[in-house]
This record gives sequence, structure tokens and C-alpha cells, in this order.
Amino acid sequence: MSFSKNQVELVKEISGVNPLKCMKCGKCSATCPSFNEMDIKPHQFVSYVVNGDIQSLVDSKSLWKCLSCFACIERCPRDVKPGKLIDAARQLVVRERDKNYLLADEIPELLDPETPQQLLVSAFRRYKR
Amino acid sequence: MSVENKKEFKPKIVAFCCNWCSYAGADLAGSSRLNYPADVKIIRVPCSCRVNPMFILRAFEKGADGVIMCGCHPGDCHYSTGNYYARRRMTLLFSMLDYIGIENGRTRVEWVSAAEGVKFSTTMNDFVEKIYSLGENVKLGDLRCKN
Amino acid sequence: MQRIGVFVCHCGSNIAATVDVNKVKEMAMFEPGVVHAEEYQYMCSEAGQAKVIDAIREKNLTGIVICSCSPRMHEATFRKAAERAGLNPYMVEIANIREHCSWIHKDIKEGTEKAVILMRAAVAKVNLNTPLKPGESRVTKRALVIGGGIAGIQTALDIAEAGYEVDIVEKTPSIGGKMSQLDKTFPTLDCSACILTPKMVEAAAHEKITIYTYSEVDKVSGFVGDFTVDIRKKARFVDMDKCTGCGACMEKCPSKKSLSEFNQGLSTRPAIYIPFAQAIPNVPVIDTQACIKLKTGKCGLCETVCQAKAIDYTQKDEIITEKYGAIVVATGFDIIKLDNYDEYAYSQSKDVITSLELERIMNAAGPTKGHLERLSDGKAPKEMVFIQCVGSRCSDTRGKSYCSKICCMYTAKHAMLIRDKYPDVNVTVFYIDVRTPGKNFDEFYRRAVEQYGVNYVKGQVGKVIPQPNGKLLVKGVDLLDNKQILKQADMVVLATAIEPSSDVRKIATMLTASIDTNNFLTEAHAKLKPVESPTAGIFLSGVCQGPKDIPETVAQAGAAAVKAIGLLAKNKLLTNPCTALSDTLLCNGCSTCANVCPYGAISYENKEIKDHGIRETRRVAVVNNALCQGCGACTVTCPSGAMDLQGFSNRQIIAEVDAICQ
Repeated sequence: MSFSKNQVELVKEISGVNPLKCMKCGKCSATCPSFNEMDIKPHQFVSYVVNGDIQSLVDSKSLWKCLSCFACIERCPRDVKPGKLIDAARQLVVRERDKNYLLADEIPELLDPETPQQLLVSAFRRYKR
Repeated sequence: MSVENKKEFKPKIVAFCCNWCSYAGADLAGSSRLNYPADVKIIRVPCSCRVNPMFILRAFEKGADGVIMCGCHPGDCHYSTGNYYARRRMTLLFSMLDYIGIENGRTRVEWVSAAEGVKFSTTMNDFVEKIYSLGENVKLGDLRCKN
Repeated sequence: MQRIGVFVCHCGSNIAATVDVNKVKEMAMFEPGVVHAEEYQYMCSEAGQAKVIDAIREKNLTGIVICSCSPRMHEATFRKAAERAGLNPYMVEIANIREHCSWIHKDIKEGTEKAVILMRAAVAKVNLNTPLKPGESRVTKRALVIGGGIAGIQTALDIAEAGYEVDIVEKTPSIGGKMSQLDKTFPTLDCSACILTPKMVEAAAHEKITIYTYSEVDKVSGFVGDFTVDIRKKARFVDMDKCTGCGACMEKCPSKKSLSEFNQGLSTRPAIYIPFAQAIPNVPVIDTQACIKLKTGKCGLCETVCQAKAIDYTQKDEIITEKYGAIVVATGFDIIKLDNYDEYAYSQSKDVITSLELERIMNAAGPTKGHLERLSDGKAPKEMVFIQCVGSRCSDTRGKSYCSKICCMYTAKHAMLIRDKYPDVNVTVFYIDVRTPGKNFDEFYRRAVEQYGVNYVKGQVGKVIPQPNGKLLVKGVDLLDNKQILKQADMVVLATAIEPSSDVRKIATMLTASIDTNNFLTEAHAKLKPVESPTAGIFLSGVCQGPKDIPETVAQAGAAAVKAIGLLAKNKLLTNPCTALSDTLLCNGCSTCANVCPYGAISYENKEIKDHGIRETRRVAVVNNALCQGCGACTVTCPSGAMDLQGFSNRQIIAEVDAICQ
């Protein structure tokens, strides 16, 4: 999956955030409960978007470690709200079609009798056309 | 309206700005290099309450496509109360103009302080965009003025 | 027919880069009345003005149009030049082709077209200009200073030293302001009271200075040189002439539970109190909210113990009306309320304090007698954390968008003083940027780091969590290390943003002085007129204009004083001749105009009028030129169109409208 400049614009559009407003205070990272789990820290997310490196964000662990607890959104003094950027990057991945996140053969192994069938079907639909 | 027509249409927009707040706000927009379309031409008046409805009627008669009046924020008038009078007068005038076919979008009152260069510029951009969407004003125009 | 000259300025490349000045010049020659047009590099220069003067003399010009920068910039310059050439200064009009044209448009064709239209409008207006003569008004040789902090005191002293009477109005019971609450001052660490108290005493003792403490400005009318101000002296319930300041009343007062404003609410005071030991005047005031006698009628202990018989429970607010030539605003600042910043636990823990509270704690006259201790349990702290930019530099709705300017320096000061006095206390400062522009400022901050071992960490704190063991868990980040930091602190100090004093908006409205979105008073020009308000006769001193430290405040206070002195030194002022004028032939004496006039400048006279051969006496409006400020409200309200504004007449503005819509 390769991301062009348009992807940067897409992230900005989905999140509604202007990353240039960031004054690099780090309050988002200071406040983040998942900080230690993340490879790209919340405050770094902003500069990655500014520098156009969406690919690294999409490949990062952080994307799936963010709890969406909104602490950074709540406390950001500059209305940058890294949580929204993370969510937007996540959306990019989710929107990407034809990407084999889930192979039909792998499913029986992952199957948990507790998982509702409906969820499985919808996940399959979303991640594999 | 086709795209070509839109290109040809250059609206005439008159902005009345009070000397103490809005004119200074326009100056600040200038010194901060905040762009707005050249269609806007500013007339300096001492206070928004100096704007006689007659001036606005005259502007439309002479072919203006939009008129905007800017003054100090309510309560901040250099002459204490001028903008309150202006606000009432314009409310009446604009509803009358709307009645005779000059849409409400062509007339506007905005409060812009001397420190609000950004607001001046965004207001003007927005207003000009509105006028473009409304197109040329045909009501009230003095046909003898057309060439 | 007028003979008009048009002068187009290049302003270096400021105008010439986006406006074809030669085209504007050529187009000008086609305009009615224009007999001369030229362009020049810098019209406002000596050589440029000489060109204007020469042209007026050689071509007998009766009006001129300068196409240049904003009239707010150089209108006065060119009016003076015209006057030197023997032309009435009000025959000059400026077409603003810089701020309103060249600076905002990028396309030269578009810019030139607009510049031509602006020039055309100005020419159309000048064609209808008439020579105007300014009137004269008197100057009351007395100044009013609103606010008795260091800014107000310094301004008052400087004006008084020049020989003019000055009144200081201070809303609290004593002058001194915020500076009196400070312990030490950066970057020299001298004691605040030691340098402020002599100034307070000097102001109080100065024969030209009258101090109204516990007073507020109620009403302002008039204009530059001749303001009339109502000052409300709030009831003190203590006779200032009789009181000796012995303090017996304060000792005996049974209602001692009120929070001391001076100590930021960290200690209590009696209902009858002098805010602090060095207060001026040294006269107590009774807090009506706390006084038992005033609330229930029973008590009266202070009256019994007062040997000077100074207590007077029947005292009422008193209004003093005084005339002033100049008014200086020095209303200062407050620190913001921290209600919106729950993450710092200010309301949850007594050990999270503001920097101003720390000033009081560090002060020998403060609530802890100068010992650094936790307010919750009185224990000495071992780990202290300072958080910078609390409420400053926030573009969200919670805080202030500006930098409060003083916090970096006072935090360095606090950190240094604590490390000096209590070397076993660890001090950590969480910062976003350390801003130290100022003489010896950066050296001061570096001393805190290098000499005193203060630990500066780049990164904001996200949350402060009070722990059950009484400690405070500070959750921060070290951005340079890219690590989250969890610190157990004993005390947390918040560098809280400052904001203009809460009643500045009310005062600005009374003075018709403009104010910005942050409630700071606007200066007339950001660079060239930093201490003048756009409203003539109003000057700005101290933080009411923008965040400042003490040296800057004192410097600005002096500058405001000089500007006020410059005004008071004049015997007469020239008034704005652009006043309303009533056409007696059209006026029917309906009184509508007088109702809308904010200055009471319109009166009615019975005049003998000759109208079409008929002689009759009619009631007509007459405008007092000394009072009229030229707003034009009356001109629009006049049903018969008799009222017009000189310099901005109906015909002139219509001519401009026509030129623009042509």
C-alpha cells in the first residue's frame, strides 16, 4: 500500500485537524495512557503528518494501541488533537479495499465460539472483498 | 450561469468602513497581507452611523452588486452609540431592499475591530463569494448608467 | 472648478510591485478637475513633500490627492505639507492604494484597476471639498491615572514631577498593585517591597498627587483636554482624616474569618482591615460582607476601641466630580481562573498552587512567614514541580492565545530561590519553550540550570493526580528523551496565564478606547504609538496594553506620562473641523438630531430666516463646534436633510460611491 500526497490531505480532511497549529508542547504524549505501548508517540504523529510520512503511521503499532480515550483531544491546548489524526490514519487502513487482512483459511483457527457470527461476517466483508 | 459567464462577471462591491475600527481593521488586513478580492472598494466614514441609507440606494442605483457596512463592535463605538443607530437603520433598510428584489445576501453589516484584520479579510472573501453566487444585480439600477 | 493635483507614491516596491503607478498617474489626468499628476518613489519623504509643495505653488492647485498608504499613517504629514504651501490642509485626500490595494492583491492588472478606481473616488471627493478651519478648545491642566499599581504610580510621579496635578484612582484599599504582592523580582532578585514602598510613599507625599483609594471611575464625559469624570469613593466606614492607623480595631474585631485578598486567600483577615503592613493610605476599611455591625447592627467593638473616633458606620459612597485634560489607563492584570484546567488538580489539592500564591508563601509577611511548606499539612516539600504555560498559548477556548511573557522568568526565579534556600529540595520545571528576551534574562535562566541545578524538562504536563498518601503524581513527558515521566511531587506550582483586569472593559467603554479580543487596550499604532489609545487624550500604561514585566511597565509608564505631559503643556488644542453643520434654510427645528447626539452638541435657537423673500423667525438647530466630535449620527437622522457633516458631506460620499460604481 503506498500513500501519495493525497493521503496527507485525506488524513487532514477525515480528522478535520490542521497539524501546523501544533506548538510541540507534548501534552498529548504526557497524558497518553498507552504511551509505553506505542512506537510512534502521539506528539510524533503530528510531525509525521506534517512531513507527509503517512506510510510509517499506517505501518505503526501505535495505530492499534491508541485507546481512543480522547485525553489528548480533551487537553490539547492548540486544537491539534493527535487522537483524531490517529483515528484518521486508522480510517485510511479500514477504507483500503482488496487488502488481505483476513484469509478464509485462517478463520477456523481464530474462531472463538463466543464471537457472534454476524461480527465475523462483517469483518470478513470489510477486510476481504 | 455557465462558467464562462461567471468569469466575465466582475462585481462592484462598496464597503463602508468606520474610521476607528473597521478601516483600521482593513489596514491591518493589508499590512498582514491577508488577501481578499479586488472587487471590494472601501469608503471611509467617521462612524457607521454616518452611513445614510441614501448612499446605499445610490450605490445600487449606480450598478453596485453588493454593499457591506462595517463598524465597531456593539458597545465599542468610538462615539459610544453610533453603531447602535446604524444597526437599526440598516435592519430596516435591508428588509426594504429585500422587498424590492435586492436580496438580503447583497447587503450586510459586520462588526470588525481594529485588531481583527483576519476577520476583515475572511468577511470580505465570504461576502464576495456570496455576491458571485447571486450574480449581477439588476434591480434598482438606473438604466441610463449602463453602457 | 477645482485645480487638482494627483501624486502617486511607489512606496519603494510596496505599491509599485503590484500597481502600475505610471498608469494610475496617466489615468488621473483624465479625471475632472485634475491639472497635474506625478509619481515618485517616496511621497512622504522630504523630497516627495517638496514636490507636492512646488506643484501646489506652481500650478495654483486648489486640492490634492495623494495615492499612497493609509490616511491613518500619513494624512497628517501631507496636510501639513499642503499648509506650508498655503493650501488649506482639508483640501487633501488620500487614496489608500497600499493597505487596501497593493498589499492584498497579487495581480498587477487587478491591482492597477483598483488603484485607479480608488484614485478616482478620492478625486471625486476633493472636487467637492471645501476649506475647513479647526476651532480651539481649552486644556484642563490635570491628569487622571486609573489604577494605582507600579504603572499608575510611576506615571503619576512623572506627570507630577513635570508640575501638573495628578489624581490616582485605585479600586482596592491601598495603592501598590500586584507588585506589592511579589516577594523578589527578576533578574536581580531584589526585594519587591523594598523598591516599591519608597515609590508609594513618594506618590502619597507628593503635593501634586491626590490618591483616591477604594474608589472607582463611575462616569466619563467630554473629550481630549476637557474630560469630566465622576469618581465613586466607596464607603470605607473609617474617617481617613481622623484615623491614626494604630490597628487597635483590627485586633479587637471578632469577625476574623475573611480570606485575605492580599495573601491570595491563603490567610485570614478581620472584617476591618488594612490589606498589608506598608499599605498607603495606612487606614483600614470595613468589609461590609463580613462586618457583624453592618450586617446585624450588633457589635460596634471597633468603634469602642478607636481612640481617634474614626469609625463611622453611617458613611455612604461619595461621588467626586473632577475635570481632567488627559487620562492614563493603568488597570493592570489578574491571573486567570483555573476552573477550565481540572487536569492540574488545582481545585482538588491545596498543594497545587499558582505562582502568585507561591510568591506569598515565599514572602516573610505571607501566610507561612516565608517558610516553604505544603499548605495541606505544613510539611517541607522535597520534590517540587513547576508547570509552565498554564492557560497561555492556548488556541482552544479554554485559555489565552497569547504568551503571558513573565512566567518563564519568574519560574526561573522561584526555582533558583528555592534551590538556594532549601538545597535538599529537587526542583523540576516542565517547559514548552523557555523565553528569555531581555537584558540579563537568559543569563539568569542559565544560572538556575547551571549553578542551582534546576531540572528543566522539555514537555508539558498532562495530568496531576493527588495520591492517597498526600503526594501528587505528575504525569509529564520528556520530549527530548521521548519518554513519559511519572513523578511523585510534594508541591506543584502552576505558571498561570495573566489577563487584563476584569473591569477594563467597563472602563474602556466609558473612555471609548478600543479593546482587542483578549481585552487588552489597543494602542494607536503597534510600533509608533505604543502608549497612546486611538482615542485622543487617553494613554496606556502597563499590562492593560499587553503582558509586560516590571522594567517594561515602568518604561511604558514613563512614556505614557510624557505623552500626557505633552498634552497638558498645551494651552489650546485644535479641534477637528469635520463637524456637523445645519442648513438653517432646510432645518425645521424638530429636535430629532439633538436626541441622537452623544455629546449634547446641538441646541436650538430662534433665528431670523430669509427664505424666498419671506422673512420669518424659525427655531433651528445650531451645532457647538467645540463639543461636536463629527460622528455624523445627526446627519442621517435629520428628516429634512438639513444636517450635513463637513469633510464627509452627503455630496462627497455620494461622489465617492458614484466613482466606485462607475
